[in-house]
Amino acid sequence: MNRPFLFAAQLGLTLLVAAFLVIPVLMSMLAGVTVNFFQGISSGLTLRWVWRVLDLYADTLALSLGLALACLACTLVLGVPAAYALAKRPSRLTRLIEEMLVVPVAVPGLATALALLIAYGGFREFRTSAAFILVGHVLFTLPFMIRAVLAVLSSIDLKTLEEGARSLGASFPHRFFGVILPNCRSGILAGSLMVVTLSIGEFNLTWMLHTPLTKTLPVGLADSYASMRLEIGSAYTLIFFILILPLLMAMQALSRPRRRKET
Amino acid sequence: MTTPGTRIRLTGCAKTFADGTRALEPLDLEVNAGETLVFLGPSGCGKTTTLRLIAGLEMPDACGRILFDDEDVTALPIEKRNVGMVFQSYALFPNMSVAGNIAYGLKIRRVPEAERRRRVAEMLEMMRITELADRSIDQLSGGQRQRVALARALAVEPRVLLLDEPLTALDAKLREDLRLEIDRLLRRLGITAIYVTHDQAEAMALGDRIVVMSKGKVAQIGRPRDIYLKPADRFVADFIGNINRLSGMVRNGLLELPGGTLPWDSPDGPLQAALRPESLRIAEDGLPGLTGTVISAFFLGDRQRLLVEGVAPEPLIVDAPNRIEISAGDTVRLTFDADALIPLSH
Ligand SMILES: Nc1ncnc2c1ncn2[C@@H]1O[C@H](COP(=O)(O)OP(=O)(O)O)[C@@H](O)[C@H]1O
Ligand SMILES: [Mg+2]
Repeated sequence: MNRPFLFAAQLGLTLLVAAFLVIPVLMSMLAGVTVNFFQGISSGLTLRWVWRVLDLYADTLALSLGLALACLACTLVLGVPAAYALAKRPSRLTRLIEEMLVVPVAVPGLATALALLIAYGGFREFRTSAAFILVGHVLFTLPFMIRAVLAVLSSIDLKTLEEGARSLGASFPHRFFGVILPNCRSGILAGSLMVVTLSIGEFNLTWMLHTPLTKTLPVGLADSYASMRLEIGSAYTLIFFILILPLLMAMQALSRPRRRKET
Repeated sequence: MTTPGTRIRLTGCAKTFADGTRALEPLDLEVNAGETLVFLGPSGCGKTTTLRLIAGLEMPDACGRILFDDEDVTALPIEKRNVGMVFQSYALFPNMSVAGNIAYGLKIRRVPEAERRRRVAEMLEMMRITELADRSIDQLSGGQRQRVALARALAVEPRVLLLDEPLTALDAKLREDLRLEIDRLLRRLGITAIYVTHDQAEAMALGDRIVVMSKGKVAQIGRPRDIYLKPADRFVADFIGNINRLSGMVRNGLLELPGGTLPWDSPDGPLQAALRPESLRIAEDGLPGLTGTVISAFFLGDRQRLLVEGVAPEPLIVDAPNRIEISAGDTVRLTFDADALIPLSH
């Protein structure tokens, strides 16, 4: 076989696979702005469904964004110091903890949710508040934050860096905020994007934990698919995409190896 | 900006790590104000540990005390000791520019902005890196990084300057240049400095005094000259420079060695001693000498290094002048003076 042909065949296959994956997404997004999906595009384009969704499900959007931000705040406050503590004293115990960090990721969200319900379901006030979902989200996303920060911290010579700062008179808060945090900024940023994206998109766990008054965006989506006309569900999906796509793209950009300036 | 030197005293300072490693046996040491003291020894002998005790990065075992002048600093952590430290791996902050690194200690001490700027500019100039002020650390070469590290450590006018193998990571030529510069700097500032190295040439060149260490103990303390010419024991003699061993017999005013005899002015009996390569000379014709065969000859430019067998029980390393034509296989006659011998008790 000659090379150009092989190349063309490979390219064709790649495009075909991509199309197979992308077309349904595009169709669904298009459906969200079509007057009547069953009549097709010819029925005209409209933003009516999008406004309808915003009208009907504004609270789920607000709750999801609020939850994501609160979740981010919690994972930052808990995760960054935890990652620092793990990086600071590498021992068998901390190695074990690092291994344990994948457990909440590997265990199905449903199981985590059930465990939360069994443990705290009795506290009515708590059970019915958004804080209950927040706990679930934090539990689910915290390992991602810790691992992202830990990855950066293990790649720098933390001990020497800190000793350098100490020799110049820096107390712990000085070193932590002036030297350690700025030097794991890339990890914190990557972890933050991950946490927000995961929190906004989380369904399994949230579906088990939610109440009619604490519906998040994905739960609302499921709801609309089940009970609304197709165009509304699609418009809802469109909004979800618009929300999550920039986050995914930012994450992608961050994970690209950065070119270093050298002299 | 001369910092009046601080005198450092260590009494009974030992260090046992949590895992039971005894890195340092109890040590008493006095570092004079303004002196440059070098810790020299093979890897793992406890140099870094001792430096870290003085810095306040490690605490000595119970009973050990560390004094800066008359102040007991044993319990003070490094943050409060006001020491300048230069690490082998530089330990510069990658999130700050060169100027930012140098200003860091001043910021911590809340030095006013204008004064801070002035100090940073002064340090940059002193280390001749003014044009690098706004560079980021990962844009610098190893030598430039070490200059920044020195500037950063000195900016806060520390009481003592501690350097842990600051030149080891650099290549030979650069190491030589920077060593000369550090030497000039330390003399000009008059600051008390402790310098750790495993390189004996560096130690000789920089140290007012050298502490030779071995397995957590001090083998000898003294001026470079004394350490070289009068090593306290075989370990020091071997570690500093090259050394030849001689064992012979003095009888009737003659020193008898496998290669012949030399007139010798000492009581009869066995003689055990060591000798530096440069103390051995090619004997002039007609004068007494010890005969041997050259096994190998290396021309080094300023001199030539010969390995000669047959003179003493073990082959001898000889530094000969560069003008004499000698090659392997030649027969040579060697001589040396009695006062060049280094007595070795053990
Ligand atoms: N934190 C530590 N824990 C246990 N042992 C250590 C520690 N630091 C150093 N040591 C041990 O102490 C000894 C002296 O180390 P060090 O002072 O670093 O030697 P040097 O600087 O002369 O090469 C070595 O045997 C080393 O393995
Ligand atoms: Mg060392």
